[in-house]
Amino acid sequence: MNIYLLAIDWWFIIEKLVLIALIVTLCLIIAMYETYGERKVAAFIQDRIGPNRAGPFGILQPLADGGKLFFKEEIIPLASSKYLFVLGPTLAMITALLTSAVIPWGTSLEIGDRNVPLQVADVNIGVLYIFAVVSVGVYGIMIGAWSSNNKFSLLSGLRAASQMISYELAMGLALIAVLMMSGSLQMSVIVNKQMSGALGGLGSWNIWYQPLGFLVFFTCALAECNRTPFDLPEAESELNFGYHQEYSSMKLGFYLFAEYINMFMSCILMATLFFGGYDIPFVNESNLAAHIGQNWVALLSFICLLAKAFFLVFVFMWIRWTVPRFRFDQLMHLGWKKLIPLALVNMIITAALILWLKS
Amino acid sequence: MNLVNILFWFLSALTLFSALMVIISKNPVHSVLWLVLVFFAISGHYVLLNAQFLAIVNLIVYAGAIMVLFLFVIMLLNLNKETEQKKNIWIKVAGTIAGGCFLLSVCNVVYNAQTGSKEIANKAILMGKGSIGLIGNLGKELFTNYVVPFEISSVLFLSAMVGAVIIGKKN
Amino acid sequence: MSQIQYTNRAKPVDRRPLNFIERLYLWNVFIGMFITLKHFFKKKATVQYPEQVREVGTAYRGLHILNRDEEGRERCTACGLCAVACPAEAITMEAAERLEGEEHLYREEKYAAKYEINMLRCIFCGLCEEACPKDAIYLSHTFTPTNYHRKGLIYTKEDLLIPNPKTQPEEYAKAKGLIEEKKKK
Repeated sequence: MNIYLLAIDWWFIIEKLVLIALIVTLCLIIAMYETYGERKVAAFIQDRIGPNRAGPFGILQPLADGGKLFFKEEIIPLASSKYLFVLGPTLAMITALLTSAVIPWGTSLEIGDRNVPLQVADVNIGVLYIFAVVSVGVYGIMIGAWSSNNKFSLLSGLRAASQMISYELAMGLALIAVLMMSGSLQMSVIVNKQMSGALGGLGSWNIWYQPLGFLVFFTCALAECNRTPFDLPEAESELNFGYHQEYSSMKLGFYLFAEYINMFMSCILMATLFFGGYDIPFVNESNLAAHIGQNWVALLSFICLLAKAFFLVFVFMWIRWTVPRFRFDQLMHLGWKKLIPLALVNMIITAALILWLKS
Repeated sequence: MNLVNILFWFLSALTLFSALMVIISKNPVHSVLWLVLVFFAISGHYVLLNAQFLAIVNLIVYAGAIMVLFLFVIMLLNLNKETEQKKNIWIKVAGTIAGGCFLLSVCNVVYNAQTGSKEIANKAILMGKGSIGLIGNLGKELFTNYVVPFEISSVLFLSAMVGAVIIGKKN
Repeated sequence: MSQIQYTNRAKPVDRRPLNFIERLYLWNVFIGMFITLKHFFKKKATVQYPEQVREVGTAYRGLHILNRDEEGRERCTACGLCAVACPAEAITMEAAERLEGEEHLYREEKYAAKYEINMLRCIFCGLCEEACPKDAIYLSHTFTPTNYHRKGLIYTKEDLLIPNPKTQPEEYAKAKGLIEEKKKK
């Protein structure tokens, strides 16, 4: 980062703008197809087939759903505060997309004589940045919930806030152990550290060294994304629909979309932190680059990252259609009395081991 | 006028405007949201000072946790015009005096910065330089030079936590 | 403590306190996820409805049909037994006398000038079928009546009558086949 971010280099700006546009489009398309994937996974687990009418295997279903949302009537409740009502879904969407800025999506490209890294900003506090964005993300839900002027929405907003704050703590503590292992907050460093090791990088993935940390992180990620079994903010059976109850049309669409983008981003984050990021297993990237060229390796590594993330997304969905919802006191009990001590123990053990191995 | 300057003035204006809006807003929820914006602008200033760690921690702790709890409480209380208490005239006077004192001290600092001690007189702020706000340096500084105050403040937080637990346990 | 068993299928609830592994919760989640994964690869129960229709049993009770005899004459004599038998009071009819020259239309001297079944009220119990002394009303295998208006779901005599064997022999044979099958039981 430093002052370079603030100096004007036109090629640099164009390169970054194109990258941002591509990543945002990618996130949106993936969020679209996550809705389709979710329905298919749900159907298959319940011995059904799922959407299969729009296009072959129903792959046009997300488009149909999106079109439907666009043409729905837009309703703003009279008693709501109008600006905040619109601000809610906007914030939810923005914070969901902002996370993608510091993710390294692949090895760098070579265009002409320029070396283009597939990362929008390689800031030295990358992980914390994601953390900050996620913690701000709860405002989207809270503002939307409050400005709807509906008691169910408000209840769900309060639930969302308390849940997010509780699970962020455990998530942060689980993260610290990973950061101690890589010794940096910079995403690119964390990934690079996992790329050199036995079996073409596979041996140095953080998951082998931090299984407990991953478990805690994964559970917290489920809670942060409001996914079952922690989907209390949108528990249909208790709150009708949750914080987006009064929303209609594309504003509702934004909330739903933001949720799926959040899910995708947290899976990407987990892949980056624990599964070697864009590391291609069993392959030494620099050797491969000498054979088939830098750009092909970048593409392959990008596909690798996506594959890892998609598997995690699948696990998210798989859990959703398996495990029933927690009660609120159970949720708090798990968060504060189980996960935080577990994460603390994990952190202390990691720290002790690192010190012992160093000395 | 380079990019840093433009950003600085923009962020300053944003900070002051949102801070004013915190006070002016009638609705407490709006006040909280404006305050969140103030924290964002201040984080922007930190980034300009090359203190990214401080910037992000400011966001995580203040905007992400404390203000969420504030908002939480205010939403639960459902404050509005009818429930607003009549303010005592003496409280108003005391508030004015306290605010005036604060304004005076701020003016004093600004005045000193232009004419006072040589250390800071007529110096522009270190934009994009310095590394004290980066995580490694800050950590070293906190755990070597300032370890005693740091630990004491952490004990303070611990005592606050214990107090909260005790109050919660009573009922 | 012994519990009274009412059937041989009752499975008493396990009230033992959870053991360590169960209290961990995680292991049981894994078991559950394994079960759902097995379902992932199981044969799907879906029937692609408009293209594929699920086979129904011979005793299936669908929409009603008003029968004709071999010469294509309506069998119904508007005796009203079906309307009396109907527990949902879905059937209304008006009788009329057969005039000179209408012998090829109606089998008996009296016939139903108006015969309506309200499909929104009908519970498809088949009591009308059992009550009919003239073999005039049957429940077919057709189901899922749909319409945009409530009015469209009150079926008139024209909707209910079986095709005429003289003028539309093919449709008649098709509809008749189902009735014959049903009669055999």
